[in-house]
Amino acid sequence: MRNLKLIIKREYNARVRNKSFIIMTILSPVILVGMVFLVVYLSSLNNEEVRNIAVLDQSELLQDALEDSENLKFIFLDGMDLENAKIISLESKYHGLLYIPHTDSLTALDQNLQFFVEGSPNISAIQYIEKSLNSKLTNLKLEQDGVDLMQIEASKSNVDIHIENYKGEQTSKMSSWIKAIFGGAAGYLLMMFIIIYGNMVMRSVIEEKTNRIIEIIISSVKPYHLMMGKIIGTSLAGITQFLIWVVLGGILLFVATSVFGLQIENSSVANQEMIDQVNNSGLQTVINDILRLPMTTLIISFLFFFIGGYFLYSSFYAAIGAAVDNETDTQQFMFPIIIPLMLAIYVGFFAVIENPHGTVAVVFSYIPLTSPIVMLMRIPFGVPWWEILISLLLLFATFALVVWFAAKIYRVGILMYGKKPTYKELYKWLKY
Amino acid sequence: MENLLVAENVYKNFGKFTALNDISISVPKGSIFGLLGPNGAGKTTFIRIINQIMMPDSGKLYLDGEPLQAHHIQNIGYLPEERGLYKSMKVGEQALYLAQLKGLSKTQAKERLKYWFERLDIGNWWDKKIEELSKGMAQKVQFIVTVLHEPKLLIFDEPFSGFDPVNANLIKDEILQLRDNGATIIFSTHRMESVEELCDHIALIHNANKLLDGKLNDIKLSYKSNTYEVGLICSNQKQLKNDLRDRFVLSDANFKTIGDELKVNIKIEANQSPNDLISYLTTKGQMNHFVEVIPSVNDIFIQTVAKK
Repeated sequence: MRNLKLIIKREYNARVRNKSFIIMTILSPVILVGMVFLVVYLSSLNNEEVRNIAVLDQSELLQDALEDSENLKFIFLDGMDLENAKIISLESKYHGLLYIPHTDSLTALDQNLQFFVEGSPNISAIQYIEKSLNSKLTNLKLEQDGVDLMQIEASKSNVDIHIENYKGEQTSKMSSWIKAIFGGAAGYLLMMFIIIYGNMVMRSVIEEKTNRIIEIIISSVKPYHLMMGKIIGTSLAGITQFLIWVVLGGILLFVATSVFGLQIENSSVANQEMIDQVNNSGLQTVINDILRLPMTTLIISFLFFFIGGYFLYSSFYAAIGAAVDNETDTQQFMFPIIIPLMLAIYVGFFAVIENPHGTVAVVFSYIPLTSPIVMLMRIPFGVPWWEILISLLLLFATFALVVWFAAKIYRVGILMYGKKPTYKELYKWLKY
Repeated sequence: MENLLVAENVYKNFGKFTALNDISISVPKGSIFGLLGPNGAGKTTFIRIINQIMMPDSGKLYLDGEPLQAHHIQNIGYLPEERGLYKSMKVGEQALYLAQLKGLSKTQAKERLKYWFERLDIGNWWDKKIEELSKGMAQKVQFIVTVLHEPKLLIFDEPFSGFDPVNANLIKDEILQLRDNGATIIFSTHRMESVEELCDHIALIHNANKLLDGKLNDIKLSYKSNTYEVGLICSNQKQLKNDLRDRFVLSDANFKTIGDELKVNIKIEANQSPNDLISYLTTKGQMNHFVEVIPSVNDIFIQTVAKK
């Protein structure tokens, strides 16, 4: 036990004192927040560009349907044929040319519109034009059939359901999105942590092999203790980094939001629909939604699932590190490790967000290789504590089994130099 | 003489490969025991079994009369052939860590490290990183770490590799000093001249089998062939050589002198006395060189291994 403690201490210090660890820990949140601002800034830059669109309306029906918007300016061309209009539009470097042919029948018109553009058209411009023309054409058709537009306007309703849970707390329609975003971020972060810290364990095993210090160490301690000390010490470094990020990220976000006000919330959400919803339901309820997320459960679960998932995967990583002589030889063994992690992420993003308590999501949140990531994604949607507990128990039980195999490979592998082992040889090592 | 380490009928297989086949060895207390053998003979496996890095498939080991157990690790110091240190760790910190792993307390380890660093004249390296040191310098640190916890049994695998002659000598003197202070030393090497110089007992392992072991002098005695190296000053060397060839088995001798004499190796029968040989030879000329040819460890090694 005394030796295990010594090893954990050394491994922890070796990780934490590493320059890249210090830089990563401090710079990552800064870079992340900086990136958010950069994206916001860039998208606002993009929005300020005004596009000129030429319109040749030979039907003379739809001109007043197109109003200039913030980013679009319509220039109406009169008394020329299509060929000339094209030349003018091209020479004036307009974004595009909208061609509305002469028509007798309104019904045929909506299929006969053309848009000429060099390169690819701006999607939101096309959407804007289609939307404007649609409503104008509909109105025209209604008028043609003798319907009174005033009447229709008056009969329009605006349904806005106020969502409350049974306790009477208001939630926004954004709520599911927020849960998905937080769950997804936590799951993704966990995957990154497992890969980054698992790799650290592997590299540190390889380092001891190439340094040839390994034999000196295992003449004093059992290989199992060395492996466990390495895994635990490195995990503590990971937890340290995570906690620093939680604190640092909190501070940075607080500073950022108080300096820039509500600007971020308004423009960082790219989806137009979501902006509508934000505006509809009010920012206050969104913030309430975030506050009402089971944050404590999420952070605590993150720590536990990180420890469990990381322990499980880093046993694999340690065994791989012991089996090879240098990092380039690790490729063939890495693949089977990455697969379940990727699977978990895909299951998370497709199954969990669609139906967080569906069969697929639930099953994958129990399977130990995928459970840390999938369960973390489910937690914001509300998972009963006993489900989390069962998942954790399964995870740690699997770890106990896997670490036994890993230790056997590790014990033999650390003293093997020379050729790259095959899976068959690894199996043989289990029996030495 | 009491034995510090006894191995009885040790077997070790890796799959179908036999690494050790019925090895029994006794290492007397206070001796320097040479463990010899060609590459791949099984020496390292045997040493790893003593260090409990590996378990034997069968066989028993005793340290100081007790069956070998985990806590005995603190009584053993092992300097492996393949050795290294953490590159980015500071010398002092690293030595402290390794010493603590061997069971020393931090203050104890610090005290002894200070003593040894002064003794080997590396006192100012404490805060240097290993990657800043040369290979020979790092070896010194490793040597200190091996002996720091004052183990009863020291195992050195090729201890002089990587040292320049000055430092190799320094380390050799330290090893002898440790022996005089009561430690028992197992010494594995390919450098036969250092075996000759240091070891009083040897064992020879080849292809997983022990070929011979015992006191170095006894082994040498059993390998001597009653051959004498002779230098004779005479008028007609050719004539004398022919005369001698009629009576004895002759072979060419190669030793350095300042004169110009006949140099031959003369082998006599086991029942003949060297005194008679000397009397005979003195009648033939003036003898200025007469030495019994004692087989070197090198010769014994090559002979034994080649025979198998």
